[in-house]
Amino acid sequence: MELTCIVCPRGCTINYDVENGEAINITGNACPRGKAYTEAEIKAPTRMVTSTVPIRGAHCHQLPVITSAPIPKGSIFEVMEEIHNTSIEAPVKMGQVIIENVAGTGIQILAARSLNKES
Amino acid sequence: MRKVTCVIIGGGSAGLAAAIELKKNGIDDLLVLEKGPEVGGILNQCIHNGFGLHEFKEELSGPAYAERFALQAEELGIPIECNTTVTAFYPDKSIEVSNKNGYEVIQADAVVLAMGCQERTSGQIQIPGMRPQGVYTAGTAQRYVNIDGYQIGKRCFILGSGDIGLIMARRMTLEGAKVLGVAELMPYSNGLQRNIVQCLKDYDIPLYLSHTVTNIEGYPRLQKVTISEVDENRQPIKGSEKVFEVDTLLLSVGLVPDNTLTVEAGISLDARTRGIEVNEYCESIMPGVFAAGNVLHVHDLVDYVTAEGRKAGRGAVRYLKGELPERNGFVTKAGNGISYVLPQRVDYPSEDESVEFSFRVRSPYKNASIVVKNGNEEVKRIKKLALLPAEMEKVILPKEVLTTIHDELVIEVEEA
Repeated sequence: MELTCIVCPRGCTINYDVENGEAINITGNACPRGKAYTEAEIKAPTRMVTSTVPIRGAHCHQLPVITSAPIPKGSIFEVMEEIHNTSIEAPVKMGQVIIENVAGTGIQILAARSLNKES
Repeated sequence: MRKVTCVIIGGGSAGLAAAIELKKNGIDDLLVLEKGPEVGGILNQCIHNGFGLHEFKEELSGPAYAERFALQAEELGIPIECNTTVTAFYPDKSIEVSNKNGYEVIQADAVVLAMGCQERTSGQIQIPGMRPQGVYTAGTAQRYVNIDGYQIGKRCFILGSGDIGLIMARRMTLEGAKVLGVAELMPYSNGLQRNIVQCLKDYDIPLYLSHTVTNIEGYPRLQKVTISEVDENRQPIKGSEKVFEVDTLLLSVGLVPDNTLTVEAGISLDARTRGIEVNEYCESIMPGVFAAGNVLHVHDLVDYVTAEGRKAGRGAVRYLKGELPERNGFVTKAGNGISYVLPQRVDYPSEDESVEFSFRVRSPYKNASIVVKNGNEEVKRIKKLALLPAEMEKVILPKEVLTTIHDELVIEVEEA
């Protein structure tokens, strides 16, 4: 079997076999992260999610947000629903927690940038 | 007239990197001119992650990457004027600006051009059919969604498989829209493979290679997009039409360096990159005029833009300190299979330990070699499992090789 690694822009083509639901004989990865990605992709795929939430009192209307860690791929739309139900007031600091334990994943939604309050 | 030692036009990733490099090397009389309300440029709307793997060994979102450099510039005390548009730039390095204080002329000793790029529009690709609402360039749509918070459509089709189009396919899906497909004129994608996987495959969005939009219908709002398969001459094949009922069409059909100011200043452009011709210090044919980032050639990775901005900054420092010797080098040439090579000239082959060359292939290759030649003589060969036009390639040559080249350096692809 073959997949494209998405860990970095290099995008290695990785070959592997599956045995008992796990990836084995992994080749083609340029770094150890490619192997870890392939193993996770076969067993329990995860993704980082980025989106925006409305912000009041800043110079722009949306605050970019990002998951604190990759979330299970199957939870992406539940996570998005919580993000859609959230809004915030400026000021915000980069890395500030916007949602705790999003969709029960144990992962946080963080502010991806700082936005000052506009006077 | 205000006099400034070095003016940087554009406060995106290239401009900030150049300014930081200048300041760190003792050039204090600097000015960054930014047309937007804040620095960071296009990164501020690129909310997806994957930026900074080379610079920070981390995967940051675009705004976070921008903020790190904006903070560094602030800590260094680099003067930045936002909401300021440069309306003209002249060969004597005088710059006309317009902002809330009105019109002003600034005289600089050195200038770094860092204006970024523009999207190709529907007019430039001669898209057929009607002209309804709901047809946007992908980057404009990205701004509307990520900064302005507009919902731009519910059923969407995308023409062009450039990275912004792919990223927007996922973004629109996450925002609750249905993305019916992406059509790409070429038989291969123009985006990074990882974006095909994480933006299209993850959400079961079909990619129609060798297809293009052949009709647009709807008034006042877009209702239908027709795509057709194309033959090897990129001509639509009759009978292959597919119709999609959509209210939104995004165009991700290429980026072009924004050199309006440069051309008006009388500096000619390289027909292939659509940017100016530069040497290894990102310096144009006019001494003291430098360019970096997407205004020079369109990059795939912001990390490379930052590195190039730094290089231009370093060049400007050496120019301002009078450290650059007389130009005495060679030109580079895009050989077989290569669309362009940057820099176009090496003017100071014995100044640095090595020079890095960037280039792109014209079409995809598997198991090919990149061959670097001094005229007809081979000086370096690199085997490549895969080469794609969407992925910029680099080769570094040491001083020992550079000083032996007297006429031209050729980079070409050799198939196995």
